[in-house]
Amino acid sequence: MSAIAIISRLTFREAIRRRIMLAGLVLGLAFVVLYSIGTHFIFGQIAKDTAVNMPSQMAADIMIAESTNTFMMMGLYAATFLSIAMAALLGADTLAGEINSGTIQTIATIPIRRADIVLGKWLGFAELLGLYVLLLCGGIVLSTFIQSGHLPQNLLIGLGLIYTEAILIMTITLMLSAAFPALATGGIVFGLYGLAFIGGWVEQFGAVFQNDTAIKIGITTSLIIPSESLWRRAAFEMQTALTGTFGSPFTTTSVPSPLMLGYTFLYMMVVLVIAVRIFQARDL
Amino acid sequence: MTDAIETKQLRKVFGDYAAVKGLTLQVKQGEVFGFLGPNGAGKTTSMKMLLGLIAPTSGEASLLGQPIGNRDAMRHVGFLPEHFRFQEWLTADEFLLLHGQLLGMQKDDLRLRRDELLERVGLTPFRRKQLRTYSKGMLQRVGLAQALLNRPALVFLDEPTSGLDPVGRRLVRDVIREVRAQGTAVFLNSHLLSEIEVTCDRVAFIQHGEVVRVLELASLSSDQTSVTIRVANLAAESLSGLSQWGREVQRDGEFVHLIVASDAALPEVTRYLVSQNAEVYSITPNRMSLEDIFIETVGKDGGL
Repeated sequence: MSAIAIISRLTFREAIRRRIMLAGLVLGLAFVVLYSIGTHFIFGQIAKDTAVNMPSQMAADIMIAESTNTFMMMGLYAATFLSIAMAALLGADTLAGEINSGTIQTIATIPIRRADIVLGKWLGFAELLGLYVLLLCGGIVLSTFIQSGHLPQNLLIGLGLIYTEAILIMTITLMLSAAFPALATGGIVFGLYGLAFIGGWVEQFGAVFQNDTAIKIGITTSLIIPSESLWRRAAFEMQTALTGTFGSPFTTTSVPSPLMLGYTFLYMMVVLVIAVRIFQARDL
Repeated sequence: MTDAIETKQLRKVFGDYAAVKGLTLQVKQGEVFGFLGPNGAGKTTSMKMLLGLIAPTSGEASLLGQPIGNRDAMRHVGFLPEHFRFQEWLTADEFLLLHGQLLGMQKDDLRLRRDELLERVGLTPFRRKQLRTYSKGMLQRVGLAQALLNRPALVFLDEPTSGLDPVGRRLVRDVIREVRAQGTAVFLNSHLLSEIEVTCDRVAFIQHGEVVRVLELASLSSDQTSVTIRVANLAAESLSGLSQWGREVQRDGEFVHLIVASDAALPEVTRYLVSQNAEVYSITPNRMSLEDIFIETVGKDGGL
């Protein structure tokens, strides 16, 4: 077995032994259950109201489909945020904490490349996040489907983009964790996420009011930290055409281009390479 | 034969502070080498440079004939860090397996070696318990097993007896003797001079990140031993007769101090005193002379 595989398995096992998996699983299930109970009553109420208020069956069907999709997107938005928080929490303490405690010394004096340590951890976290995103987002989509028969378009692409966003945040966290203490790392990551979030909003409103400067501010923010553009592309893929014309944080009006997606992947690779370089050069 | 460790003017500067000014030393294969110095002398920094954990600012060093940081050489090096810390959610079994796998050891050999070492450090009954439940001394023992897992040709032990009770300290001492008998060089960093004195072949005193003195310990213990004898009924002419075995004979009440050329003289001294009708209560060789040398070398203020 390669050193990367051993380290990634160790990372995975750490999450199980330290009950991070269990906490994620229990709270993730609670999240999906709460969403299901809430939407159960809301969907029922909408069905009743539209039957009374809508002029035709077709209008009622459209109204139900649109509101179901909106609620699902709302759930997915919250699930994405939780996945990102999980990504930051997993990554923040890993290198910083082990350097601080000295745990890293026994591993780093074994004749494996330091790059293998970083890449192994990255891979282990990517597996964990995959399970977490699948539980949360898959749970939301499944619950919505069982209740209403609604399945979003481009489901796999959408979920893939949400997963990529979580991995992007985890990669940035890992890089910072190689250079800074855990708390500083967490603070910087959430600060960057907030920046991307506000930038995304400015761009959205810019699109609604057709203001070029606002859109450019949003794009510039996305170049600095492209996490939010992944969510917005995911939303664009999964939302109904009608929902996309209303601006809301859960849906999107300004769609990131495929070029922006390409940029995001490149960005992630570069961040990972920098993470390895920082760790290689660092005194442990 | 290539040296186990060779350094030339190894230097590490943090900001504008030189933690290690210029370390030059050689450690031969198969010898136990003590690394002594006051707090802040740069001992741990030096060790970390040799192990490739931190990059030297300048200078050269090699381990087992390879430049430091070389992965082939590190395959034959073991390390027990000071304040040994690791994945405390692993069991001792899993921890040693993890390290063996990362070292690239064969599966069967690894299991055999793991069992053998756990038995040697007395942890077999606790092997399936998570390390977070271990006491400080037990952790130190796991650390020692980990450091020896790959049957190293050179092993670094940074304060290996810290946190150990007398039984544990004896264990470490015995293990050091065993690995030396198998040809392993041991680089021992310890504050406990008594440990150093009984285990090391040679010691280096370092101060301000430089080697200020290197000493062969074998010569120290056999060449001259200071002895204190508690004796009553000793006539003055009998006292002066002691000078045939030792020098600097002094009397201090019922205590007599002298320096003998070797331990081998002690039985004869005893016989002599008894034949002179003196009443001998005790004969104590004073082995704390390394401490005297330490203080003489680094100064009473520890070189601060």
